[in-house]
Amino acid sequence: MSGEGLTVRDLRVTFDGFKAVDGVDLDIRPGDLRFLIGPNGAGKTTLVDAVTGLVKSTGSVRFGGEELIGKPVHRIARMGIGRTFQTATVFEELTVLQNLDIAAGAGRGVWTMLRRRKDIPEAVTKALETTGLTDLRDRPAGVLAHGQKQWLEIGMLLVQDVKLLLLDEPVAGMSHDEREATGELLRRVSEDHTVVVIEHDMDFMRSFARSVSVLHAGKVLSEGSVAEVQADPRVQEVYLGRASEPEPTPEPAAVSVPATEET
Amino acid sequence: MTTTTTTSTAPPVALLARFRVPAGFALGAVLLLGAAPLALSDFRLSLLAKYLCYAIVAVGVSLAWGRGGLMVLGQGVFFGLGGYAMAMHLKLADAAATGETLPDFMQLYGTGDGLPWWWAPFANPAFALAMTVLLPMAVAALLGFFVFQRRVKGAYFAILSQALAAALAIWLVGQQATTGGTNGLTDMQGFFGYSLDDPVNQRMVYFIIAVVLLLLMALARQLFVSRYGELLIAVRDSEERVRFLGYNPASVKLVAYVIAAGMAGLAGALFVPAVGIISPALIGIVPSIGFVIGAAVGGRASLVGAVLGAIAVAWAQSTLSDAFPAAWTYLQGLLFVVAVGFLPGGLASLGVVLRKRRAGTGTRTTGETV
Repeated sequence: MSGEGLTVRDLRVTFDGFKAVDGVDLDIRPGDLRFLIGPNGAGKTTLVDAVTGLVKSTGSVRFGGEELIGKPVHRIARMGIGRTFQTATVFEELTVLQNLDIAAGAGRGVWTMLRRRKDIPEAVTKALETTGLTDLRDRPAGVLAHGQKQWLEIGMLLVQDVKLLLLDEPVAGMSHDEREATGELLRRVSEDHTVVVIEHDMDFMRSFARSVSVLHAGKVLSEGSVAEVQADPRVQEVYLGRASEPEPTPEPAAVSVPATEET
Repeated sequence: MTTTTTTSTAPPVALLARFRVPAGFALGAVLLLGAAPLALSDFRLSLLAKYLCYAIVAVGVSLAWGRGGLMVLGQGVFFGLGGYAMAMHLKLADAAATGETLPDFMQLYGTGDGLPWWWAPFANPAFALAMTVLLPMAVAALLGFFVFQRRVKGAYFAILSQALAAALAIWLVGQQATTGGTNGLTDMQGFFGYSLDDPVNQRMVYFIIAVVLLLLMALARQLFVSRYGELLIAVRDSEERVRFLGYNPASVKLVAYVIAAGMAGLAGALFVPAVGIISPALIGIVPSIGFVIGAAVGGRASLVGAVLGAIAVAWAQSTLSDAFPAAWTYLQGLLFVVAVGFLPGGLASLGVVLRKRRAGTGTRTTGETV
């Protein structure tokens, strides 16, 4: 299994006349580790919302030969598309193990649901190992550190047997070591999954991206390898001017960032 | 020799944890089926039977509200449906026993057109018994399907439930000729062939109620520890996240809501032989709030807390409302606000809260994080 590709054609999302996503085309190959970057308001999260069915959209999103637009959220999820949110949402009152077990369980029969869990599903054991959370499995998720919660979320996607992971700013607010560990985790995951990451952290992007799409004002501005995208003058104009700043900020202050340094 | 050593090597703490629940059930059974009938007079025991009916409703409330986060402020509807289904059968059986075709109140207030068509099937005891549970569950399934699919939740759901309880009570009052109106259905003589005037039979009714309560607690306990129970908590805490895991949260909530409705219906049905009446005043807004207060005070997420809370509040109500009839409603409201606002886990969580406060880590006492 090497994941499943995603093909987006002329995707549009409009909020009260505002074109949040304005005719996006994307081709993400199976097994890619794609970064979506762009200034705040470029439409990155809205794009992911549209793909996962959270907002209404027009155009075409095809995944494994099936059209996603018009399908309800839980059906798209069952097709093998998993996502995380900017703020880690794990079930705080449940343990790490229970969180993973629930994630593994969509599609369980009534009889299984009404009984107590007897042993740990293999996928859960594997996800505990992959994310390095084995020792913490009986802790309530609410007491985990910020980075561990993000890893748990990624683990929850893994046990869901998703083919495509959509991660919204997975390293926001993480320490340097946590970022490195997360990057390694994403690399391992992308060996047999397709991974799409929305990120603001340019250093993180440069270290781990296999391919990059730059979004600006609801459109794809540039696409290619890290080097290609960085060399694109249009990209430097709207965004990568920020790359020379030493400290990456999880939330850039302005909606469109004027290029100052590298133009 | 080897078998005894293997059992005795288990650490005492683990043993305690393993037998805590069965031991608790055994203790409950001894108290309800042994101690209470021996110690209490016929009158007190019939009062306890009534409180246990409220406790049965609380078991469902604990599931739907405590675990599922559904603020079920309209359980009176389901309690009423179960109660009326049972009372209609008992009235028809009473009438048949004296050779009449119409229940006594219909002879007084009826339209003279004979028995309404929707009364007729309730003459069959099996049909009536099934309806006490199935009718509330069907109504809950229909209502819940539309409400949860449209993602109505929180206060809106609570208000909708309340409105429904009010609507049913008002409708019943207006149907004097077919439902007994404000008076409700009362003056039941027999219960499946046994005279309800006989104290021995009243005790039998108490035993039935106590056994039903214990069985439903066992059922609820199984649901709590099952994978479904974990999923229900997940839906309560983050519905959106559950949706992205590929579940439909509406169905998860619907199951809890329908089971809670069935339990309320059964409680209503058992209430009729125990107390001898079902009327609009017993199922409207105020009693509907009353159904959840016990669970809120005792601890809605804890099964034992909810049941004990329901019994205690019902006892307090009948004791205090005799002495201070006007004050009880205010006290009831105050209890509700204090329990929900300041002690969301109810009295069942008091130990944990105090321990945390003493340890100086009172950060997550409410269990609410943004």
